[in-house]
Amino acid sequence: MKQQLEEIRKNAEAALSGTSSLEELDAIRVKYLGKKGELTAVLKQMGGLSPEERPVVGQIANDIREHIQAHIDEKVAELKSAQREKQLMSETIDVTLPGEECAVGHRHPLSIVLDEVKEIFQGMGFDIISGPEVELDYYNFEALNIPKDHPARDTQDTFYITDNILLRTQTSPCQIRAMEERKPPLRVISPGRVYRSDAVDATHSPLFHQIEGLVVDEGITMSDLKGTLDTLAKKLYGPETKTRFRPHHFPFTEPSCEVDVSCFKCGGKGCSMCKGEGWIEILGAGMVHPKVLQNGGIDPEKYSGFAFGLGLERLVMFRFDLDDMRMLYENDVRFLEQF
Amino acid sequence: MNLSKRWLAEFVDVNAEDRDFAEALTLSGSKVESYEHEGAKLENIVVGQVKSIERHPDSDHLWVCQVDDGSGEIVQIVTGAQNVHEGDFVPVARHKSVIASGDKITAGKLRGVESRGMLCSVAELGLTTHDFPYAIEDGIFILGDDCDRTPGRDIREATGFDDTVVEFEITSNRPDCLSIIGLARETAATYNTELKLHEPEVKPGHGNVNDLLKVDIEVPDKCYRYCGAVVENVRVAPSPRWMRERLRACGVRPINNIVDITNYVMLEYGQPMHAFDLRFLKGNHVVVRNAKAGETITTLDGEERALTEEMMVIADEEKPAAVAGVMGGEYSGIMDDTTTIVFESACFNGIAVRRAAKGLGMRTESSARFEKQLNPDDCDTCLRRALELVQLLDAGDVVDGIVDNYANPKEPVTLPFEPEWTNKFIGVDVPADEQKRILEEIGFTVENGTITAPNFRIDIAHQADISEEIARFYGYNNIPNRELSGVAKATLTERQRFNRLLERTAMGCGLSEIQTFSFISPKSYDKIRLPKDNPHRNCVVISNPLGEDTSVMRTTAVPSMLEVLGRNYSRKNERAALYELATVYIPNGPDELPDENQNLVFGMYGKGCDFYKIKGVVEKILSAAGIDDYNVEPKKDAPAFHPGRTAVFTLEDRLLAVCGEVHPEVLDNYGIGTRAYVAMIDVEYLFEKSDLVRVYKPLPKFPATTRDLAFVVDADMPVLKIEKAIAAATGKILENIELFDVYQGAQVGENKKSVAFNLRFRSAEHTLTDEECNTAVNRAMKAAEALGALLRN
Repeated sequence: MKQQLEEIRKNAEAALSGTSSLEELDAIRVKYLGKKGELTAVLKQMGGLSPEERPVVGQIANDIREHIQAHIDEKVAELKSAQREKQLMSETIDVTLPGEECAVGHRHPLSIVLDEVKEIFQGMGFDIISGPEVELDYYNFEALNIPKDHPARDTQDTFYITDNILLRTQTSPCQIRAMEERKPPLRVISPGRVYRSDAVDATHSPLFHQIEGLVVDEGITMSDLKGTLDTLAKKLYGPETKTRFRPHHFPFTEPSCEVDVSCFKCGGKGCSMCKGEGWIEILGAGMVHPKVLQNGGIDPEKYSGFAFGLGLERLVMFRFDLDDMRMLYENDVRFLEQF
Repeated sequence: MNLSKRWLAEFVDVNAEDRDFAEALTLSGSKVESYEHEGAKLENIVVGQVKSIERHPDSDHLWVCQVDDGSGEIVQIVTGAQNVHEGDFVPVARHKSVIASGDKITAGKLRGVESRGMLCSVAELGLTTHDFPYAIEDGIFILGDDCDRTPGRDIREATGFDDTVVEFEITSNRPDCLSIIGLARETAATYNTELKLHEPEVKPGHGNVNDLLKVDIEVPDKCYRYCGAVVENVRVAPSPRWMRERLRACGVRPINNIVDITNYVMLEYGQPMHAFDLRFLKGNHVVVRNAKAGETITTLDGEERALTEEMMVIADEEKPAAVAGVMGGEYSGIMDDTTTIVFESACFNGIAVRRAAKGLGMRTESSARFEKQLNPDDCDTCLRRALELVQLLDAGDVVDGIVDNYANPKEPVTLPFEPEWTNKFIGVDVPADEQKRILEEIGFTVENGTITAPNFRIDIAHQADISEEIARFYGYNNIPNRELSGVAKATLTERQRFNRLLERTAMGCGLSEIQTFSFISPKSYDKIRLPKDNPHRNCVVISNPLGEDTSVMRTTAVPSMLEVLGRNYSRKNERAALYELATVYIPNGPDELPDENQNLVFGMYGKGCDFYKIKGVVEKILSAAGIDDYNVEPKKDAPAFHPGRTAVFTLEDRLLAVCGEVHPEVLDNYGIGTRAYVAMIDVEYLFEKSDLVRVYKPLPKFPATTRDLAFVVDADMPVLKIEKAIAAATGKILENIELFDVYQGAQVGENKKSVAFNLRFRSAEHTLTDEECNTAVNRAMKAAEALGALLRN
């Protein structure tokens, strides 16, 4: 019987080594280990063995069963793995084909840069306010120290609605409105649309955007103005950016200045972007004129402040290396989708 | 303002590289736009002398010259000019030289004869015959004795065409800097060096001006001062080279000695001068007065101009001779036979000159200066300077004395000297002595604690103005930078957060942002088929628009969107899906500001776009705003829209949004050759009704039961009506109702449609029994049947 069992083991092993499918394996399992299998058949003859032999042969039979079963399990695992491998290989796709288009809207470049400027100023504690675009002459000019017949009105070709109502030529009227509506300490920026009767070309538009800023508090000095705008420049153009303050004239600030940043393309060496100057003008600023504070209902003896104005289109054109402002208002989707 | 550095050197010594000079002046407040070396384009052009000249053997118009160009050798040059003679000194463009046009000159052969260069005309040097009146246009520039005629000398040095011109941008508050002396003063203060001013000296002449000229000012509020002087036996001639070249460098064309003197004084002092013929001054009497109704004047440019009563004129006893500060009259101008002239040096009220110039539609160099408000104190000095120049140039015989009517003397501005105030305001610590020094260098006096501003400074009224003077010479860039102190307390307002939410939602729906002009053409309202009596046609109108296309402030942003869709379509962009958070301007009373409201506008065309797509975006926005109890109805009469494919969203009977397919006629009007869809949401109302509070709802603990119900209804029955009826009937165990199929066809019969809903029931307290669900379904069916719906099996 022992011999019979050994035979079964050998035959099973031989059969197993030749299998290449799960079906064949199952047939082998049935043939040797099944209820009607060869091993079972041998075990059925165990009744004829002596009580001494029975446990010994039983042990051998069990060992052989386990042995064959282990072989089968191993083979199954092997075949399953090979089969999965084969399936996976057969499922290969061309991963270089483009991904499926998912429609995501694009933010307009003007908004992208404006959002950035807003974030910078919010971080410095500036609230964001807005004022009317159709504005009273008083707020746009008179209260800003630009009376009727002031030559400064010439440089801002104004669209008028009536004698007293116009399209604001600057966001500066928001200074007066902010002072009227709020009490110091005051830290606001006011972005928005402004209008001047310039015909459309690559660098002019009858409608463009400014960002006005105003700080009023006790003890505000020109040092604060410089520090704030220097921080703005560094946040916009990187920590290496330098600023240069040049005296200038605005009727509603005194002292007034224009602010240049070191060219963000060449770093100040001089290139085509900065026209060889190494500097690029980005904004106008100044200490709020005492008369303007007064017009806003703020006591200039007690408070001082500074104000500044940035042209958004200029920032956007620099940021994206855009040379034609008209693109911003044409809204060609091929343009919009670049941002 | 163009500055001649040669002229500047007469008043201040500065040895600085041009670039450094430009930067230094810019940083002290006089912004340099550019600087340029005269004749910079010229290369290798020198003075030469024609030693001999003979006809070209093969030409009847060319000449062969032997020229001494200072090189030690005689060079042969062929010229086509007919005005060259032996012994003449001429500009020689040598072999390998560059003339003003940028053309390179090299040796070559002209009809077989070698020519090692070219003789030049004034134009080829970049000059004109105004610069050298004795030169001719179409011939070689024969150098006169006002040039350095040393052969080999660089032509620029030889002719004085080697000045440096610095262009300044002078702001409107500093008319004093529209002059050489003004800029010299700034330069001296910038470099902390001496300003050398010159006091004009007029030598005794003859006669007495008071016998020849009388001046009356009728309007002292508009004419502060009028000074006049007389020159007899005027000898009109070209002015000398030094004067011509300075005028040229400053961008003024030399004419003749008398005109040049007036321009020279204007550039030097910033004071416009006027000269006229005394013959035509009736009664030898200057009267400064307002024009009379109906008066006219023919100005120097030959135009006859009607004057109004608010325009100030310089008149004689009968009629106007000049529009004060703007332009002289033609008849009293200097002519060939003029023998006696009057020089005028006056000071007018800037606003009066500005209004007159604007009223006449003519802006002259003179009016541009006067309107900024000039200084009356210098009128007499300028006049004496003109007389001094007349004597220097021997341009006539000066009559002794000047007539000076200073009708309205200007009181100088005084302010207390408060160096501490300035230090505190600027954030610096500049000692009082240093502040005093700075102020004195630019013409202020500081005495006994009081600052007196010079009268040429019209921009000084407050301590802050003084601070600017200190700051700019101390150096803006030397002021320390300080970060703002205090706690940052900025927050977005609810509305700002709301707008951000709307925009993010729109972008999340795949729409890209656009920005369009706020003004549109009034014709846009026709293009969107708005009826003539539609209130949207009432808009804020620009009185001086650039053109009709941008002449009214929009009351709806739909035309802007359509224009953008049309532009994209015409550019063959296959698809566009866009939004704009647009401001519209709704008029109030005639003297009131309009309401500026925000609309959210969507527009789309192309693949995947249809009515339900755009409606879906609107629904997403409403849902983002927390609004779900709105009503949707078909809108058949929205003019811009397709009558069968338009919906209005209302809430409490007020319009919240409209969306639909664009009317084909409107598509045509905007050149859109495909179906397009537009929606508009009233953001003001949306915000008013929005509910952004979100409260957590526990996730369901018990399972849901779903049932499908299909009905056959009339084809025109709005599905929303059935849906609402079912929802109302089934009560609170209805968790969700969703339309999943709409079918029209033979199987359901003509003018009928089948609509199928999926109903999901759930209770938060227990697992629903079949019975509970059945009851709800029965109620749903009854509610639907009440609307005429038949259950479909």
